[in-house]
Amino acid sequence: MALDGNSAVAEAMRQINPDVMAAYPITPSTAIPQAFAQYVADGAVDTEFVPVESEHSAMSACIGAAAAGGRVTTATSANGLALMWEMLYVAASMRLPIVIADVNRALSGPINIHCDHGDSMGTRDAGWIHLFSENAQEAYENTLQAVRIAEHPDVRLPVMVMQDGFITSHTMERVEIYDDAEVKDFVGPYRPGYPLLDLDHPVTYGALDLADFYFEHKRAQIEGMRHATRVIQDVGAEFGRRFGRPYSLFDAYGMDDADLAIVVLASTAGTARCAMDALRAKGVRAGLIKPRVFRPFPGKELIEALRNVKAVAVMDRSVSFGAMDNSGPLWLELLAAAQLHKLAIPIVEYVFGLGGREITPGDIENIYRDLAMIAATDTFSRPVTYLGVRGDEDFQSAAPVAVRAMA
Amino acid sequence: MSNDGTRWQDLPLGGVILQAGNSVEYQTGGWRAFRPVILWEKTPTQKACTRCLTCWLYCPEAAMVAAAGDFTGVDLDHCKGCGICAEVCPVKCITMVEESQFVGEVAR
Repeated sequence: MALDGNSAVAEAMRQINPDVMAAYPITPSTAIPQAFAQYVADGAVDTEFVPVESEHSAMSACIGAAAAGGRVTTATSANGLALMWEMLYVAASMRLPIVIADVNRALSGPINIHCDHGDSMGTRDAGWIHLFSENAQEAYENTLQAVRIAEHPDVRLPVMVMQDGFITSHTMERVEIYDDAEVKDFVGPYRPGYPLLDLDHPVTYGALDLADFYFEHKRAQIEGMRHATRVIQDVGAEFGRRFGRPYSLFDAYGMDDADLAIVVLASTAGTARCAMDALRAKGVRAGLIKPRVFRPFPGKELIEALRNVKAVAVMDRSVSFGAMDNSGPLWLELLAAAQLHKLAIPIVEYVFGLGGREITPGDIENIYRDLAMIAATDTFSRPVTYLGVRGDEDFQSAAPVAVRAMA
Repeated sequence: MSNDGTRWQDLPLGGVILQAGNSVEYQTGGWRAFRPVILWEKTPTQKACTRCLTCWLYCPEAAMVAAAGDFTGVDLDHCKGCGICAEVCPVKCITMVEESQFVGEVAR
């Protein structure tokens, strides 16, 4: 059927039929709780919908409901996610398998409602699993899988499912919605760990935890994240067996024989595939990697996929102010992974699309052209390029200056 | 509970506590800088404890111990030395004494 990304996620949540959804509206994710509230009003779900007074309250209510033993979802964007901040850490440390649909939007300020990944990237150390979606179909399917991943006994961590604000959330696409009963069978029943409503087995959540046990609890939380890498792949493979679309840690296009590779998240991967196909038609060995999982970061697996290329460009739709060379988180993690797993090739960074600045196949073809020059010389002019920003017209390429002059 | 050798693998997920009412096992007396000392026998200048239980009522840690309606003393394993008892005592028979004065006694 024809759905936009928000409606596709709302459909997923209808099929998941969570016990509780607590949410506060914020652009561009508003349509998710809006549609879901309609399902509640229509009796299409059994969910208790809690309309709260802020996102901090939304996540707090989610935590309470999850600790009580419920299957819980919410949706938010940008400043709403930021307002949840302290509770995101609490949800993860209490090992509550909550699912957030985060529709990526630039954080204020200046205030902006359009897409970049700065909101979810800011939460990258909060202990949540991060799944990125390229389109509405993936947003729908990632949401279904998120429940299984989060609730797996070896993981027990909350999951954030991203899609690009407006680009995906508000664009009508053809989306295949699976049969309710088959989805219900895939998602399965929820077996909570220590439900507060089990009155015969009373437990305490959120007790003081000082120097004597805090570190051990954090170490156990790390173990959940370590298991997540395997569980995400297992759930993705099972999803493929049931519905025909297998999922893994990332998607690779043209990487079997690629010399030049771009690594980019979410909807821009579709734009990049366009550029890649155009260049492939001209004989350029262009390749593309679209990470689906940012947390836990699949460093080893990504480096193995890049092992035979000559140059890599990472495209980050967010910036980590003050990080090395004022770059983005995807590049930084990939550089670290390349060092650890001994991949000594040029890996350059293009920060793009902040606040919804558009990115075209032509922009990405230019990056592949830069990569060709970088690969030919094994050198680059600058590690980080801010693509398409006015005032940086003379600094739009990472290719070596002398080589560019001849091109 | 100080370091009892429990490994991270042995802990329930999410820092939950499975036993009801086990906070009594968590001894917080070591946090104390001042210890409440109760005057049981009057002196020429100071009244003794009248067992009025005002301190028992106000103590935020339930560290003032009463049995069968009678005040029996301070639970030093859990008293954090906040001094509320000394403040509310109507006869001012509780003195907050620096813990350094008790060095050499069995650690609490």
